[in-house]
Amino acid sequence: MEAATATLPKRRESAGSRAWKWFKHNAIVIYGGLAIAYMLVPIVLIVVFSFNDPAGKFNFTWQGFTLDHWAHPFEISELTDALLLSLRLALLATVISTALGTMIALALVRYDFFGRRASNYLIVVPTATPEVVLGASLLSMFLIYGLSLGFTTLLIAHVMFCISFVVIVVRSRLIGFDRSLEEAAQDLGADPFTTFRKITLPLIWPGIIAGAMLAFALSIDDFVVSNFTAGTEVTFPLYIFGAAQRGIPVQVYIIATMLFSVTLLAMIFTVLQQRRADKLASVRPEQEV
Amino acid sequence: MRDQRLVNLRRRLIPYFLLGPGILWLILFFVVPMYFMGRLSLDTGIFPEFRFNWQFSNYTDALSAYDTQFFRAFRYSAIATIIGLLIAYPLAYAIAFRGGKWKNAMLLAVIAPFFTTYLIRTLAWETILSDNGFVVNTLQSVGLISEDGRVLATSGAVIAGLTYNFLPFMILPIYASLERLDTSLVEAAKDLYSSSRQAFLRVTLPLSMPGVVAGTLLTFIPATGDYINAQFLGGAQQAMIGNVIQSLYLKQTDYPAAAAISFTLMAAMLLIVFIYIRIAGSEALMGEEVEERT
Repeated sequence: MEAATATLPKRRESAGSRAWKWFKHNAIVIYGGLAIAYMLVPIVLIVVFSFNDPAGKFNFTWQGFTLDHWAHPFEISELTDALLLSLRLALLATVISTALGTMIALALVRYDFFGRRASNYLIVVPTATPEVVLGASLLSMFLIYGLSLGFTTLLIAHVMFCISFVVIVVRSRLIGFDRSLEEAAQDLGADPFTTFRKITLPLIWPGIIAGAMLAFALSIDDFVVSNFTAGTEVTFPLYIFGAAQRGIPVQVYIIATMLFSVTLLAMIFTVLQQRRADKLASVRPEQEV
Repeated sequence: MRDQRLVNLRRRLIPYFLLGPGILWLILFFVVPMYFMGRLSLDTGIFPEFRFNWQFSNYTDALSAYDTQFFRAFRYSAIATIIGLLIAYPLAYAIAFRGGKWKNAMLLAVIAPFFTTYLIRTLAWETILSDNGFVVNTLQSVGLISEDGRVLATSGAVIAGLTYNFLPFMILPIYASLERLDTSLVEAAKDLYSSSRQAFLRVTLPLSMPGVVAGTLLTFIPATGDYINAQFLGGAQQAMIGNVIQSLYLKQTDYPAAAAISFTLMAAMLLIVFIYIRIAGSEALMGEEVEERT
């Protein structure tokens, strides 16, 4: 009797209910796939429209395929200048904010000191402030001091909003850090500076790189704060904002496609590199035995 | 003896040396500007002659003039955050538990939008939703919108733009907290005869709350102050508080009113974040603190 009831559902299972079961099991994967497709829609459009041959100045509808614009991607000098300015700004802001942020992260994780809690708040509050307020308050100060806006004010602003994010990323790397390695180095006679250079720095390096990459991405993509602090300087996002009113040249999409491809390749390269490093790291202990 | 004291003193000073330059930067270019913005918000006069005058009516005037945009910003942002959560949570779950060998590729796809500029992504949506574009034509022929109906310049378009642009910020923290989750706890729940749904609601969901809190904050905060989506995808009827601040500062040069609104936005934001963290738990933002101490 028991066996009969147990086999009953199996016999009754039709193709329809099997399909339903499969669907129920995989629904979340299908949903996830659709969500990812949705995330990639604008990127596909950007790549496709970089080959468009628009009739007027507005690149809003598909007119026809052409490679003409790809042959002259840097034809529009204002656009190229804006891109170069953004790259210069992002590189400088990344170097400064990564150095300052890493030092703060080291202090916060390694030491207990008066003012630690206040410093933690000072790190978090800028990340909880809408960008428009960051830009507006900086502009207020520059106005009151009568400072002329330009590259310096842009750099000041970019470093300011990058620091907190660098701290957060590097700190998370430092927390899982095995202090006994440093102690071992010091037991073997290394001075603090050598210990830092030979042990600490290589171990937290991936965190620093991740922090720097985030800072670079934030800086080169920033529109809002730059809009308030740029004066007459035109960064890449500011150029696009201006061009959106006049009509966007195809070159904007071409450069966007280039930037996208370069970043994607760099990303894939880093992941593969990381995987190889992990593999090597996991092999070593056995070799040493 | 003296040597030891010197060493101790040096050890005590090290954190301040490490902290000093960065914290100084934040004080000079975050805290001090806030003070100046506060002062500017109490000025009287018209451009370029302003005088400090404790003019508190700047606040009431500005808020009664722009309360629509103020509340609209919070409403749009809240809706975008909720929709974003509904898209992001299942996706993060699929990547964390069903990704398999596709996990890295899926994560790459999630951050791929960051590889193009924010403004260009929004422009791309403007193109997709434009008046004689594919989406509008389809909606018109199906009859979901009228013959001369538009998608651009509606609140739906702005909310959709906000949802899209901040989605990775929602997905990544939720993914991180699901990824860290100890799956043996879920198995234990099932061994103790809980259904899949119960195991999810009682084990997985509570354990992933820090990710949800971080994700919703990382979406809600920037979305509320945003003015790009309203600018590109909306019309005059969809202007948000960010548009007002930008226009008052950079076009109308009415600095006191602009500063008053910015200050109010900042205060409202901090208050909301504070209350939210109190209710939902603070691990998301200060979580590292607990681990650090041990």
